[in-house]
Amino acid sequence: MNHYNKIGILISLAILFSVYTVILYSKNSEYPAVSGTSTDRGKRIWQEKNCIACHQIYGLGGYLGPDLTNTYSEKGKDYIMAFLKSGTQVMPDFNLSQNEINDLTEYLKSIDASGTGRPGKLKINDDGTIEQPEKIPGR
Amino acid sequence: MMEPLNSLRKSPAGKFFFFGLFLLATALIFGLTGALQYLIPGLFRDDFSFEKVRPLHVSSAVFWIITTAIGGVYHYIKERSDKGIYSEKLMNIQFYLLSTTVILILITYVFGIFGGREYWEFHPYLAIPIGFSWILFIINVFKSLSSLRKKPVYIWMWMTGAAFFLFTFIESYLWLIPFFRANIVGDMMIQWKSYGSMVGCWNMLIYGSSIYLMDRISRNEKYSYSKIGFLLYFLGLFNLMFNWGHHIYTLPAPKYVQYISYGVSMTELILLGRIIMLWRSSLSTAKKNYHLYSYRFLLAADIWIFLTLILAIMMSVPAINVYTHGTHITVAHTMGATIGINSFLLLSFIFDVFGVKEKISAKRFTAAYFILNISLFIFWIALIIAGVLKADWQMHSPEIPFAEMMRRLRPAFIVFFVAGIGVATGFLMIIFKIIKHHRLTK
Repeated sequence: MNHYNKIGILISLAILFSVYTVILYSKNSEYPAVSGTSTDRGKRIWQEKNCIACHQIYGLGGYLGPDLTNTYSEKGKDYIMAFLKSGTQVMPDFNLSQNEINDLTEYLKSIDASGTGRPGKLKINDDGTIEQPEKIPGR
Repeated sequence: MMEPLNSLRKSPAGKFFFFGLFLLATALIFGLTGALQYLIPGLFRDDFSFEKVRPLHVSSAVFWIITTAIGGVYHYIKERSDKGIYSEKLMNIQFYLLSTTVILILITYVFGIFGGREYWEFHPYLAIPIGFSWILFIINVFKSLSSLRKKPVYIWMWMTGAAFFLFTFIESYLWLIPFFRANIVGDMMIQWKSYGSMVGCWNMLIYGSSIYLMDRISRNEKYSYSKIGFLLYFLGLFNLMFNWGHHIYTLPAPKYVQYISYGVSMTELILLGRIIMLWRSSLSTAKKNYHLYSYRFLLAADIWIFLTLILAIMMSVPAINVYTHGTHITVAHTMGATIGINSFLLLSFIFDVFGVKEKISAKRFTAAYFILNISLFIFWIALIIAGVLKADWQMHSPEIPFAEMMRRLRPAFIVFFVAGIGVATGFLMIIFKIIKHHRLTK
């Protein structure tokens, strides 16, 4: 293979990759800034306590605990707060303050509102692709 | 008896390899601890719970791969050219910066200090020295190799792997900017875009070194300059850039992400077809070189590439992915890739640098090799079975409580733990053998 052909392919791939990257980054401009909000603080606590080591969001994360994508709508706010307050037989008590519990619950609420994390509820199309179910009004 | 590690001690790879082996050992120890926590829920709940054990295991494993891959590239750059490495001083700074930071990362985990992003769970401050050490690596690789003109394919792989890694590493920290974390879906999309490509980058370094090694073992450089060699390299690069979407098929992400990734991942069928087509010649090469320790690991990695690729292609079909996603089948794929492919290739480099012409006379090596491979296969199957059971639960019986589902998976977890002990034993026997010979030369 000619050296210039190789360079040409490399540059073409790099350009395609850059364009794709910019398109994906620009998707974020559709959402309002969250900096400083309760949801954002909740996200920070989620990361500081490394919740992802045991729990999943949209099936991504650890396997020791349940997926929490839709726990807010399925189990309710009080259920989440009770677990955050004292832990479980497996989950340690992280000694969270009431404000931290509120922020984490807000974060889980915002995740819940973003879509469904239950694979059984996803629509499987004939072409082998999958998609989220129709958005439930009010969620 | 194996020959002493003279060449390894003189090699620039030496310190990277030994630090890598130390991390492999810690990854195994914390991996077993984590597996035990699956079997005994609540074990070490208050002092050393799973949110500490998992990152200790994962970061040790990831840095074993990265550190040893760097060592391999340095060694082979020095070996193949009279010029050697551009700056050994820079390399040493890189090593001490990287190794000190990794140790610091492991310590911070023990104290419960996290950045909390899956796989890069350390505090973002610690990403700064890691990134800086990578810049030193890029400078050294690019200055040592100078240009791509008339260079074999593995040099293209080293250079592009090194350069793209830095981009993906920076990209994985974009969440620090509020704009990028404004939406959970957008944030996760970019996170997994960067991770998917990042794995492709270290694979470029490792596969590049394995091609170089294979060239040397076969005393034939034809493949490294061939059209097919470059076409497969570009196919790999194409997948590195665009085949990460299978991680986020189930997210409410733009539909084109799914189409692009689905389409691109199907090009991996070409790689699968090639492996099947070449199996006969691979077999004769295997018979010829089976006596080399390094080749044995190359051979084992070949088998694991085949198994992992089948699983990867299946998981890349969204309609199948919806079943496998979030289950232990994903873990099986990761373990197959990081242990069966990455770790085995890295061990082949270590044994190659170790001394090329060792005969299989050490019974312990052969025993360790088979314990490792057989245990890994059982380990892999146990994870797939656990994954199938979990997939059935999440697709058909989500009303059954999570704890009850986990209880039903327990037999698979027991097999997984026992096989994990086998994997750890095999690896530790090999590590012990290397360290023992290293001490003998002192």
